[in-house]
Amino acid sequence: MANTKSAYSFAGKKQKFDTHIIVVWVDNEAGVLARVVGLFSGRGYNIESLAVAEVDQKLNISRITIVTTGTPQVIDQIKLQLKKLVPVHKVADFKREDKKVIFKEMALFKLVGNKNKLDKAFTACKKYNPVILDKTNKSKVIQITALRREIDNMTGNLKKFGLVSVSRTGAVAMTRGEKVFK
Amino acid sequence: MSKLYSGAEIVFKCLEEEGVNHIFGYPGGAVLPIYDELKNFKSIKHILVRHEQGAGHAAEGYARSSGKPGVVLVTSGPGATNAVTALTDAYMDSVPLVCISGQVPTHLIGTDAFQECDTTGITRPCTKHNWLVKDIKDLAKTMRKAFEVATSGRPGPVLVDIPKDIQFQKTSFVRHKKKIKLNGKTHNHFSQNNIDELVKLMNKASKPIFYTGGGVINSGPKASELLRELVRATGFPITTTLQGLGSYPADDNQFLGMLGMHGTYEANNAMYDCDLMINIGARFDDRITGKIDEFSPKSKKVHIDIDPSSINKNVKVDLAIVGDVKTVISSTLKHIKKTNLSFTRSNKQKISKWWEKIQKWRAKRSLDYIGSEETIKPQYAIERLYELTKDKDAYITTEVGQHQMWAAQHYKFNKPNRWMTSGGLGTMGYGLPAAVGVQVAHPKKLVIDIAGEASVLMTMQEMSTAVQYSLPIKIFILNNEYMGMVRQWQELLHDKNYSESYTAALPDFVKLAEAYGCVGIRAKTPEELDDKIIEMLNTDRPVIFDCMVDKQENCFPMIPSGKPHNQMLLGPKDQKNKKITGKGKTLV
Repeated sequence: MANTKSAYSFAGKKQKFDTHIIVVWVDNEAGVLARVVGLFSGRGYNIESLAVAEVDQKLNISRITIVTTGTPQVIDQIKLQLKKLVPVHKVADFKREDKKVIFKEMALFKLVGNKNKLDKAFTACKKYNPVILDKTNKSKVIQITALRREIDNMTGNLKKFGLVSVSRTGAVAMTRGEKVFK
Repeated sequence: MSKLYSGAEIVFKCLEEEGVNHIFGYPGGAVLPIYDELKNFKSIKHILVRHEQGAGHAAEGYARSSGKPGVVLVTSGPGATNAVTALTDAYMDSVPLVCISGQVPTHLIGTDAFQECDTTGITRPCTKHNWLVKDIKDLAKTMRKAFEVATSGRPGPVLVDIPKDIQFQKTSFVRHKKKIKLNGKTHNHFSQNNIDELVKLMNKASKPIFYTGGGVINSGPKASELLRELVRATGFPITTTLQGLGSYPADDNQFLGMLGMHGTYEANNAMYDCDLMINIGARFDDRITGKIDEFSPKSKKVHIDIDPSSINKNVKVDLAIVGDVKTVISSTLKHIKKTNLSFTRSNKQKISKWWEKIQKWRAKRSLDYIGSEETIKPQYAIERLYELTKDKDAYITTEVGQHQMWAAQHYKFNKPNRWMTSGGLGTMGYGLPAAVGVQVAHPKKLVIDIAGEASVLMTMQEMSTAVQYSLPIKIFILNNEYMGMVRQWQELLHDKNYSESYTAALPDFVKLAEAYGCVGIRAKTPEELDDKIIEMLNTDRPVIFDCMVDKQENCFPMIPSGKPHNQMLLGPKDQKNKKITGKGKTLV
């Protein structure tokens, strides 16, 4: 035993981490995001990305989408702990590999350069539903929607076409087909 | 137009509605409107503490001994931050508290005003929920919900932060009888199938054990009664956690004593060797499990708990039953009686071998210690205290440390709600204010705080509260001049480097008692101990009892942390017999 001077038990074996997308429906009230995020930081859970906005103006319901990693036991704890919070209505959990669920992130790229470069940049984005939001002779703002890793790759690829600024959201998720998570 | 009430009045009207008789608090600028209204509500008595932490612990003692939520009233800023330790303590030990704090007026929030702090921000991780009331119309609704959240499901503390201008503003108030529904968060989530499966497992088991915790106490006295019935019907051995003491009679033969780091040899070995563990309202805390990888390796595990997040948190279980302990036990008993009349007899034969094994462990007498004629052994002091008070239905609180473990080991509890100790957070200074709260809830009962001299000095100021309200609490200090548990760890694990664990300048506790206006008694020898304890019990005023005990004594048995249950360190007697010298140290 490495260190016998601890009053606490030793950490068990390291387990494999999975990536999960946790969707939480909450009352849109003061401090609710702090409660959710504080639960993650206080109990040592990871947050890879987070997206939140009100989705029902009448009932004041916000939908929080959190991408997190953890062992199956930790993921279970995250769900159960979230469900204990008073403003939380329901919690859904999807594995990132889950084919029945769509995940999307949005990114805005600002590129500065000559027309040739800017056109090439737009072509490079073709796969990810590019929209030109702003255009001058020397610059372009392009919006794409894609997966996290795809956006990671694009930010690398676009460097050579004059990428000067990136702004991106956390992932949002929606199940495929007619089924709705209850 | 109906009559309009101020925010301060609404606070008290809601407290009346909830049947609150006592609040523990300390006034200050931001709660003055509420204090101004106190005189108009005769059914509510305010207990003025000397420090807000004391208010919190007193409310905890009140709640745990009475089953009713404790109510705390503090001012903004330092008032609220001083209550944080008690709120965290209540959160860890699942004690229902409603803390009402004053806040600076809404237009000053965020300006770093005098005595302003982000109270809801600070207390968010140490409450079940908290609210900042920004609109007078929300006040009554929030107060009701606060009580609902604090007392439902797994109980815990909540906080309502009320800005001063809201306390002055007026609105209408309608009495409210109906309970608010809570998103179905408090319901039982088990089915008859779960119960069937539990009984099936119990039928099959040949080495079963009940491991019960504070959840049994929190489920109400009826749960303890049902537990007794269940344990007797099955003939299974039972061990309880620190917080579960009293849920099952300690002098009963089926009771193996407390388990865990300082639990008995028989309880811990039975946990290690069992083939069926039935956890009722306990949470597989690290002080219970020891090394998690080697925790009870051969057993099927059943976990009965009202909090779904307790299941599979630390230990994976085979059968989870989410529900109120009382309801689950009562369903189980019904099932046993209805369908399995022969169950009790056949099973008792099956487990007789198991009992033989347990008796062998018991024969180790792991709580024994080497007595002395010259100095008072702390274990002996607790034993005598128990013998002299066992017919008095005493309520015991403790501080945190060696004395706490000795009290848990040697004071025998037969009823629930008689034992108030800080288990989860381990708050030194808990016991004295908790005793104040217990005595407020039970004015005619004997209330004793078994204390250590270091812990008790952390909240000693509350003696003044006890004197003010003529609360005859007894502070029984096991005085060894050391932070005993710290010293013990230093002796066993840090090569006897007693770094800062000796208190070189202690007050004279007898004179201190006199200074507070109560009674001081000192016992120095085993010979005079009984007489002095009797003198304490015959004193109808608060007493500080300075019991000078052996300075070197350690608390055994002990599972050195990071070890499984079957590798216990027994007391000096056993160590001598086994001649554990160099090798014994690696055990730790």
